[in-house]
Amino acid sequence: MLAFLPMSCGPRQDIGCQAHIKENEKIIHTSNEKAGTITTAEPTIEQETRSEEDLDVPWQVVVHNDPVNLMSYVTMVFQRVFGYPREKAERHMLEVHQKGRSILWSGMRERAELYVQQLHGYLLLATLEKTC
Amino acid sequence: MEIRRRNDHIEISELDPFLAELLRQIPASGNPDGVPAAEQRLFSPPSNGKQTELCAEWRIYVEPELRRLFQTATETVAADLQQLNGNEKSFANRTLRIPAKHTDAWLSALNQARLVIAAKNNFTENELNDHFRSPIGSRRDLSLFQVNFYGFLQEFILRELES
Repeated sequence: MLAFLPMSCGPRQDIGCQAHIKENEKIIHTSNEKAGTITTAEPTIEQETRSEEDLDVPWQVVVHNDPVNLMSYVTMVFQRVFGYPREKAERHMLEVHQKGRSILWSGMRERAELYVQQLHGYLLLATLEKTC
Repeated sequence: MEIRRRNDHIEISELDPFLAELLRQIPASGNPDGVPAAEQRLFSPPSNGKQTELCAEWRIYVEPELRRLFQTATETVAADLQQLNGNEKSFANRTLRIPAKHTDAWLSALNQARLVIAAKNNFTENELNDHFRSPIGSRRDLSLFQVNFYGFLQEFILRELES
């Protein structure tokens, strides 16, 4: 039989999201010019305070250690899901194995969610985390 | 037991009744049977507890998709395993052919089975690494052997996919 090297679980962390506030201000000025009356409106000043989520602060796709999944299997999954070359996939796999977790990708939330879903489809322990 | 790559399939021959039975158990072994630890391992949360909204949405939208995905893989493997249910004498060695296009389904079903068995038995990392453990003396030993045997098949399929 072939020998199998294990992976085991690691910690997870996340940060909550903030409120979303929008403010619109309109100031209207009126003045007389000769016989007529001209009314001008100052440009709309829009102030926005967006949450981290709206600004899309990068999200991280984190894979956690697992004692059952084979190292060769995890490497193959990283190659398939992220399109990483074998060397890079192996580097991440070893980081998961040795440090308990590895950040595989960071970027827009929607895509990160898709990656986590794919990783779960391969039965890896993967989570989505906000970048601090 | 011999395992080799043929043109468009992987052939497992000289399967004795014991190993053939272990193979037959792959679909059933991947069923969590309502055991919370096994269920949680197959359908792990996408985040820690702080992202409650995400976790709730995941359960509604993603988990059913994953269940379908796992179920489809298991059904493909179960259909391939029909080859082991022939009319030969029950103690005769059997041959199983896995079509190349089914290898992904096999990897998934084998992984489901390994994860569920490990979760149900709460195997430690040391136990999973102990390949010199004495042969089957208890139900737990049999389950550990099953995890290792399925891992061996996974490893072989992975090697074939690489080549």
